[in-house]
Amino acid sequence: MNRGVEVELYRLAYARTGDKGNRLNIAVVCRAPAYYPVLAAELTAARVARLFAPRNPGKVVRYDLPKLSAFNFVLDDVLQGGVNASLGHDGHGKSLSYFLLTARIRVDPALLAAGDATTV
Amino acid sequence: MDTLVRIGCAAGFAGDRADASLPIIAELARHGGPRFLMFETLAERTLALCQLEKRHDSTRGYSPALARMLPVALGPALSAGIRIVGNFGGANPAGAARRIAEWAQAAGFPAARIAVVEGDDLTASIAREELAARETGGALLAGPGEIVAANVYLGAEGIARALDAGADIVVTGRVADPSLALGPLVHAHGWAWNDWARLADGTLAGHLLECGAQVTGGYFADPDVKDVPGFDEVGYPIVEIAASGAMVVTKPAGTGGLVDRRTVTEQILYEVHDPAAYVTPDVVLDVTGVGLAADGPDRVRVAGAAGKPRPATLKATVFLESGLLGEAEISYAGPNARARARLAGETVAERLRKRAPELALRIDLIGVDSVFGNLAAAAEADPPEVRLRVAAQDRDRARVELMLNEVEALYCAGPAGGAGVRRHLTPRLASASCLIERERVAPRVWFVGDAP
Repeated sequence: MNRGVEVELYRLAYARTGDKGNRLNIAVVCRAPAYYPVLAAELTAARVARLFAPRNPGKVVRYDLPKLSAFNFVLDDVLQGGVNASLGHDGHGKSLSYFLLTARIRVDPALLAAGDATTV
Repeated sequence: MDTLVRIGCAAGFAGDRADASLPIIAELARHGGPRFLMFETLAERTLALCQLEKRHDSTRGYSPALARMLPVALGPALSAGIRIVGNFGGANPAGAARRIAEWAQAAGFPAARIAVVEGDDLTASIAREELAARETGGALLAGPGEIVAANVYLGAEGIARALDAGADIVVTGRVADPSLALGPLVHAHGWAWNDWARLADGTLAGHLLECGAQVTGGYFADPDVKDVPGFDEVGYPIVEIAASGAMVVTKPAGTGGLVDRRTVTEQILYEVHDPAAYVTPDVVLDVTGVGLAADGPDRVRVAGAAGKPRPATLKATVFLESGLLGEAEISYAGPNARARARLAGETVAERLRKRAPELALRIDLIGVDSVFGNLAAAAEADPPEVRLRVAAQDRDRARVELMLNEVEALYCAGPAGGAGVRRHLTPRLASASCLIERERVAPRVWFVGDAP
């Protein structure tokens, strides 16, 4: 187990969701490029699938965009039918980026300090 | 000297701000060269609602945004030589064009050339069984429910043709959102329809523009984390793009908002699945090689898009009637608010279980678990206010109305302190996706005043 401190993903990244039918995508953008390797290791597709397990995702895929210091997660079947079928009031899943941002990530405090110095 | 084309986007959906176009027009008016104003006002469901409206009045059925947004922009844009492209035609591009002609006349531009791009509506040309055979990811079309709308996503070709023929305003129905920008770019730069690299650049430009303020600070601001200056007067985006495909995303001078690495990165990936294969009717866009560079305040240079040949099939979205959605809410506040709201929900559920057992209900406590639901652990502290929300969908109007009435009845017969009932009843539309062979689709372009 690596040492370090545990922080919310929110401390390390921004996120935005988009929807198409019952499929959700969440773009995760590193606050600083220095965080990219940590998230590449910690925020795996399997980890995101576990976080969304109560919604029974059919499939979770992570696409890596190192030049943008970003990841794109695509989650199938987590929108309870999507905007035209869900009875919930966020059928688009617009708020779910902020659920993912509550994920706990273990990070080296030195990296955190370096990242803070280069955060836009 | 490389010609720069400038495209501003004044709307990212039908409910967008009606006055967003004015700062864009003012900025574009300060420049020469080809300049375009784009409006994206036709979400999938919006078009289906347009079809429903057209059934009641054959002269209507265009985007509800048209009458709100276009009269504001029309005179100033035409005066400055800025050409307008929008999908506000909805289910009735011809009707929209006739309205625009009236406004142009009234604004002192009786000679304005208004083009209509049609051919997206498949209801008359493709039978339900044929659509059902082409449905992907489900079998809704084999089930019940009358088809309300069946529209295929056209590409940029009709728009470019209309501009080639001299259109000042191009009105479309369903086209792929980025095509609203790619059409003007192909027209102005003379790009070939198989120049996948340039079509990819233009599609990326359109993708960055298509949601309006989402690339300039909207759907982004988060106080103390992602602060956005002048947020109440966010400027909508402008892309400057050369024939080489080199492009800069920016916004009008003197407006609020911001354009930086973060806003552009978030929007590049918005509603994207595989970033190496963003499929549009015009090209398959690959953004995995895209890089960004600051180019001055609120200016971001975007480079590195790649393109692969366009797909052989076009996506169509079909909407089916699926009854009515009822939603009703009531608030509880102060001591024990959560327990009173929960009792209210249980009361409604129990009464409906006996009186309308077929009705599927969803009961949420807004402020407790209505959005994340069971994804997140329940809060321990009692929230100061809770809003009970009950939702149900059914083809039987009386059943849905019974639910709405049961929530309203909580005023007198429910737990203590129930407040602020609101109730809504809206048509429910199920959507299916189909893939249609290109040969089955023929975009048509004609001008107001010519015989269609």
